[in-house]
Amino acid sequence: MQTPSDLKYSKTDEWVKLDGSIAVIGITDYAQEQLSDVVFVEVPFAVGDAATKGKQCATVESVKAAAEVNFPVSGEISEINEALSSTPELLNTDPFGKAWIVKVKIKDAAELGDLMDAAAYIKYCEGRH
Amino acid sequence: MFIPHTESETGEMLKALGLKSIDELFEDIPDKYRFPKLDLPPALSEMEAFSMVQAISQSNESTQDLICFLGAGAYNHYIPAVVDAVISRGEFFTAYTPYQPEISQGTLQAVFEYQSLIAALTGMDVSNASHYDGATACAEAGVLAFHHFFGKRPRIVISPSLHPHYRETMRTYLQGYADVDIVGDESGVNPLLHPDQLVSKVDESTSLVLVQYPDFFGRIFDLSSLAESVHEKGALLGVAVNPLSLGLLKPPGEFGADIVVGEGQSLGIPLSFGGPYLGIFATRKELVRKLAGRLVGESVDQQGRKGYVLTLTAREQHIRREKSTSNICTNQGLMALASAVYLSSLGKNGMRAVANLCYQKAHYAASQIARVPGFAVLDDVPFFHEFIVHCPDSVEEINLHLLDHGILGGYDLGCDYPTLKNHMLIAVTEMVDKEDIDLLTEILGEAHHG
Amino acid sequence: MAEPTVFELSSPGRIGVRYPVPDVPESTMPDGLIRNSLPLPELSEQDIIRHYTRLSKLNYSVDGGLYPLGSCTMKYNPRVNEKAARLPGFAGVHPFQPVETVQGCLALMYNLQLTLAEISGFKGITLQPAAGAQGEFVGVAIIRAYHLSRKDEKRTKILIPDSAHGTNPASSAMKGFEIVPIPTDKDGNIDLAALTSACDETSAGLMLTNPNTLGLFETHVLEVIRIVHQAGALVYGDGANLNALLGIVRPGDLGIDIMHFNLHKTFSTPHGGGGPGSGPVGVTENLVDFLPTPVIDIIEDGSEDMAPLYGFRTPSHSIGRVKSFNGHFGMLVRAFTYISMYGGEGLRNISEYAVLNANYLLSRIRNEYKLAYDRVCMHEFVLEGRWDDAPGVIALDIAKRLMDYGFHPPTNYFPLIVHDALMIEPTETENKQTLDAFADALIAIALEAKNEPDLLKSAPHVTPVGRLDEVKAARDLVLCCWIPDRED
Repeated sequence: MQTPSDLKYSKTDEWVKLDGSIAVIGITDYAQEQLSDVVFVEVPFAVGDAATKGKQCATVESVKAAAEVNFPVSGEISEINEALSSTPELLNTDPFGKAWIVKVKIKDAAELGDLMDAAAYIKYCEGRH
Repeated sequence: MFIPHTESETGEMLKALGLKSIDELFEDIPDKYRFPKLDLPPALSEMEAFSMVQAISQSNESTQDLICFLGAGAYNHYIPAVVDAVISRGEFFTAYTPYQPEISQGTLQAVFEYQSLIAALTGMDVSNASHYDGATACAEAGVLAFHHFFGKRPRIVISPSLHPHYRETMRTYLQGYADVDIVGDESGVNPLLHPDQLVSKVDESTSLVLVQYPDFFGRIFDLSSLAESVHEKGALLGVAVNPLSLGLLKPPGEFGADIVVGEGQSLGIPLSFGGPYLGIFATRKELVRKLAGRLVGESVDQQGRKGYVLTLTAREQHIRREKSTSNICTNQGLMALASAVYLSSLGKNGMRAVANLCYQKAHYAASQIARVPGFAVLDDVPFFHEFIVHCPDSVEEINLHLLDHGILGGYDLGCDYPTLKNHMLIAVTEMVDKEDIDLLTEILGEAHHG
Repeated sequence: MAEPTVFELSSPGRIGVRYPVPDVPESTMPDGLIRNSLPLPELSEQDIIRHYTRLSKLNYSVDGGLYPLGSCTMKYNPRVNEKAARLPGFAGVHPFQPVETVQGCLALMYNLQLTLAEISGFKGITLQPAAGAQGEFVGVAIIRAYHLSRKDEKRTKILIPDSAHGTNPASSAMKGFEIVPIPTDKDGNIDLAALTSACDETSAGLMLTNPNTLGLFETHVLEVIRIVHQAGALVYGDGANLNALLGIVRPGDLGIDIMHFNLHKTFSTPHGGGGPGSGPVGVTENLVDFLPTPVIDIIEDGSEDMAPLYGFRTPSHSIGRVKSFNGHFGMLVRAFTYISMYGGEGLRNISEYAVLNANYLLSRIRNEYKLAYDRVCMHEFVLEGRWDDAPGVIALDIAKRLMDYGFHPPTNYFPLIVHDALMIEPTETENKQTLDAFADALIAIALEAKNEPDLLKSAPHVTPVGRLDEVKAARDLVLCCWIPDRED
């Protein structure tokens, strides 16, 4: 299981990369493996909409499951990854790179405070199931 | 009865379980309520049971005994023998939902073909495997539109000439959704309005405009300008159809419909006092992921053999649970099969022929009734096989008189539309002869003078 | 060889059903409203019969063999039901006929209402819902209407056990309720402590399946119902598993407030390859006014020499109409006919043998499979479809291998609370020989799982197609195959 060390992680399997004041958000390797082959991704927002930490950010569907992706931070949506609507399988092949889901302009870096670092996330995943 | 166990088999099974009697299996049931005596008539043999239900059926009058001019959403059409022959095959009607595709290719391919036939008939990209009926299909259209705009457009505009049952059902279903506001058919609105008159109610908070084609009163309108206006406001256009009329009429896919729903009863399904019927639902491919209900898709197995499988099931209740857009667990499998057989057996030529027969006979009937003193036919707008007759007396009384002569008269529009008291909706199908129409006209003439 | 589609079999110019020419003077068509192309296939009747006959042979069905599907009650579908539903005095009746001309239909429906009430212990019955899921929707809508009628707007939550069928939370969400899941305890019952703490003045109701989806009767059902009622909420009973309770116990007697029936499960109406079903709903006395419209009632009393007049009535606080016309009348005829052949004592035999069959089958395989909850089961039971000493083999593989033995697989991956669940319900219409053959197949497969797991992983081998690529189906999304007219 891949867990890049420069990212932060939520308990609901989202990762965050801070790029200045922009938080890039996606789902982890653990999450995509649980879902298996992704067939559809839906982001029910437009650029400029508010992002609320803990609330629904996107829906990811595979043949056997549908999962909610939550915003791990609050702010304003600055970009949505259009590539995922035509190639949802990117989430399986490149969850930390090309398959980022949204970018959120955050007000406060403290938002990331309660997210886990890579080591904590790995430990967290080991304790599951 | 259908419990096959012999006494000795029962004994063997109890012995294997170490039990003396079957009662011992029910010890978890609270004593006080266990083994109630059910106050029901004693068991009948098959012969007696059939005799009993046959007697009940014979106490009804049916379209077999009466000449039928009654429509209003359910129609007396001829069902070719081949339809029942196919749906009576046990391999079809006693099969379960095709969740195990390897042993359900019969059902799956038949439904795939049904989806294709409906898409072809309606001119849309994709059809689902069906809903319960036309009314619930309309409700599902409302649900789809609501979710398509993520709940940000809570208004739905419906025409008063959409079937009363469909409008009522939509309200029952959509009351649970935040702030949904269904407008367009308020009391005081002219039920006979032109669909273009709905545009004034459409705004940026509207998700869906839903009209019927032909409408409840049988009328056909060119809906292309409505489609344009609705799209200008960013809303979806839904059209509820009589699928049999599409053997003749321009399909909604050609004039800008986003969603097509309808009642499939006229496609080879018996009247059966109201059900089971068939809810048609077709849409553009952009909306397919918001579709409720089952979908059959094409695929291949590991050996490259083509096969069919239920797809996009992640939308459905058994996976998404409370996040599914609808709780639909079933479709109308056997009814979809019946309509697929009907559509394939009639085909291009048969569908045109039967729709044409309905059209021609209805127009003859209208022209004849128009000549009966005291009766007026509302024919300022083109109609398919139903039309409104303004009667000189109450519809109820006229129908009583018709019944005395073995005729089932039309629908009393005053029941649903206060401004249409004494207006009757007459339907004419291919099952009616010229002589039957002449008889109707004759008796109507008597009814007025009688 | 794959069977071509009706479009591929089409031959331009071939006529199927012929119609007479119109016997009336011709009327002109309206301009601009007539379609040009109609891309439907052209086949003869023989083409149709051959095509569908060949398709039918690709199907497994109850007529062909056992369906041990938990919670589906795939019992035998009596043929007399079909004969009854097709009687012209039923099939040929228009739903809008004057009530005086359809007293037979209305009497049958009224009688069925009373019969279902007697069987279940409820006071009011609606025959309108088209299927079990719609019955649930009605139940949830009634719960909502009931609380609103008492001006209680705080009750926004529905409690649902984690073993529940997916339609339970789906139906609740459709009426705007928030779902509160309630865990199952180690004995397979609702966790009473969790239930007690979850029940408060925001609870609208509990959706209870009893016996539950583990096939177990809620040991503390009376306590469960008491807790919920004490909090001012209602208990909705999912009647999917009623086949275990006929003549054994009446849900209404236990205190359940609303319950839906599945006529296509308990009362033998056929599954049709995915419908039509029928999902009547029963309610207690204080909820009858909320039933959907229409309800069948006596609208004019009879006398010694005159039968009463039956008709339609809209309950005073009805939740409204849930579908067009009068419910699935054709299925009501079938259920009515079926029940008449059993009577009260016969109905009890159904449940007795449904439960005996399940327990017998369980006894034959309990050494080879891990039982999720070790209790006397009712009409169904749940196993784990995996073994420690057969790593990599999952319930899906067992299911697919069963097809090679000529059986439809049991329900799998449900309920969600059991790992690799296999839910098995034989029903009462299966004989001992069939049960033994099925047990033998399961035992053989358990052995294969340990010694030749590849046989399972690559199964099925003898079916018309093998495992299909579901990812490809969802990604490519080919949902229809019609061919445009050459004229276009």
